[in-house]
Amino acid sequence: MPEADLKILAYLELPQQAVSKRKDRLASWSDICDMHSFFRTAGVGSSPLTRLSANPFATDEVLRFDDVSLSYGRHAEALRRISFHLKPGSFHFITGASGAGKSSLMKLIYMAVKPTTGRIELFGHDVSKVSARDLPFLRRRVGVVFQDFRLLDHLSAFDNAAVPLRISGRKPDSYRSDVAELLTWVGLHDRMNAMPPTLAGGEKQRLAIARAVVGRPEILLADEPTGNLDADMSERILKLFTQLNRLGTTVLIATHDLAMVARSGMPVLHLEAGRLIRRGSGVER
Amino acid sequence: MSDPLARRWRPATFLPESDNRDGSLTFVVSTLCFLACLMALTVLASNRAVNTWSDQLTSQATIIVRPRANETPDLAAARAAEALAGVPGVTEAHALERAKVEALVEPWLGDISDLKDLPIPRLVAVDLDNARPAAPSTLAAALKVRGIDGIVDDHSIWTRDIARSASIIRWVCGGVFLMITASAGAIIAFATRAGLLARREVVEVLHLTGAENLFIARLFQIRFAQLSAIAGALGAVGAAGVGAILRLTAGGGELTHAIPILWSDLLAVAPCPLVAALVAAIAARVTAERMISEIT
Ligand SMILES: Nc1ncnc2c1ncn2[C@@H]1O[C@H](COP(=O)(O)OP(=O)(O)O)[C@@H](O)[C@H]1O
Ligand SMILES: [Mg+2]
Repeated sequence: MPEADLKILAYLELPQQAVSKRKDRLASWSDICDMHSFFRTAGVGSSPLTRLSANPFATDEVLRFDDVSLSYGRHAEALRRISFHLKPGSFHFITGASGAGKSSLMKLIYMAVKPTTGRIELFGHDVSKVSARDLPFLRRRVGVVFQDFRLLDHLSAFDNAAVPLRISGRKPDSYRSDVAELLTWVGLHDRMNAMPPTLAGGEKQRLAIARAVVGRPEILLADEPTGNLDADMSERILKLFTQLNRLGTTVLIATHDLAMVARSGMPVLHLEAGRLIRRGSGVER
Repeated sequence: MSDPLARRWRPATFLPESDNRDGSLTFVVSTLCFLACLMALTVLASNRAVNTWSDQLTSQATIIVRPRANETPDLAAARAAEALAGVPGVTEAHALERAKVEALVEPWLGDISDLKDLPIPRLVAVDLDNARPAAPSTLAAALKVRGIDGIVDDHSIWTRDIARSASIIRWVCGGVFLMITASAGAIIAFATRAGLLARREVVEVLHLTGAENLFIARLFQIRFAQLSAIAGALGAVGAAGVGAILRLTAGGGELTHAIPILWSDLLAVAPCPLVAALVAAIAARVTAERMISEIT
């Protein structure tokens, strides 16, 4: 394992010995669950978080869509009767032509829009029934790389990457070396003080990825995360996602980079005009 | 831009430091604070004026003496003064000469010094003991015993009038003060709405990243409280400046001036920044919380 990767794993609070000992045994399902819970409890403190975290494996599912449809206006139905579920620690790509509904599916999961009909369960909670008070704590368990990045232009790259940590109440002194390390890992070590408008497309994308993973989410959603990256950086990003996935994070990536999908060999959920057509094995490894 | 790894580094605030609306908002809020402080100084000065006047009035009484057929007005007045001087609670009683009385009625009757036959009533000015003033009835009784026909005026009509005007001034100023406070709150609420819409992308990112509504609302609350504290300080300093000018030009140590402001009165503007910050904090918080749950 390259040194940089070990470092980032160390940041992710897994002891290095454990990593090197466990890495060849990770394929086993029980190990993933084991690490998942270790990983998750590492930063748990406040009560709503604990409440929402209660028994996450009761359903053995991180995410479940039951007959979910989404219409933006009266006529345009972006998603039609979608049903699927994701097991903890799984890794899926969502593919589909532009306009097929990939981003809409993501928005439903990170609770930016509500389903028109149907039911969505996240970590075993029906998202339409979670109280307004608990909703933010549910959102903190989801990391999102937005298609349009959504970086804050008046904050430096460093401050942008630290946003989720500040929101969950971490003090600057407790996170700055972690954030610096993560930014170094995504190749932004000399751009930490740069403002987003001065960043190139690929740099913005890597910053958005850093922000999405910095809070160690249980599920990572990435909407076209490698769209602006060269092949080399795409490969590194994919590797980061794979490593996070090995640590137990459930990963869902929307993309139309079919070459990357093929290289990774991971299962695919394919959308066509708002309908879900299952492809690949769709099987948990 | 500071280095995040340097020792003294602090992260930037989630809301941009300044906004192009800040200047005019500061101006409006500081103007309101200025007016509110002037209002407070007005209440203080009018209270002091009223107290001074009524103290003077209640420590005096006036006797209107009507001479009998067989005595001159001067004699009657002199007898009345003598009778009253001995009453307990009276420190001094003296008859006013005809010339003085003429001067008093001149504003109403004009110059009457050549109308010798005009029956001008004679007045006796009585200074009462401040600590234990003689009651009007005591004065009337003392006159009656000596067979003097006189009317005792203890100035209570005037003191009542003054007290009534003073309370009207207080109520009006209080009402205006509340209106100013309400407008300041409304302006901050308005600015919070505009700020939230202008910073919608920040609000959305924070929201989707798991920030609680209160966390986001507090950003606006702190921001507008800070701005209002500064505006409040500006308004207070301005009002204190006006007060100081009044004190220097109109006040000469005497408390009987029309606007009796003391240097210590100027301290009344001191809580203004705090009150302004508090009003802004509440207005911004309530508005932001309501609006965030609407737009997200
Ligand atoms: N905010 C919106 N309002 C109306 N229609 C929308 C909105 N967002 C997406 N759509 C429509 O929904 C469909 C799916 O879009 P989207 O989820 O962005 O697809 P993809 O990400 O696969 O390109 C498209 O027809 C698009 O025009
Ligand atoms: Mg899209």
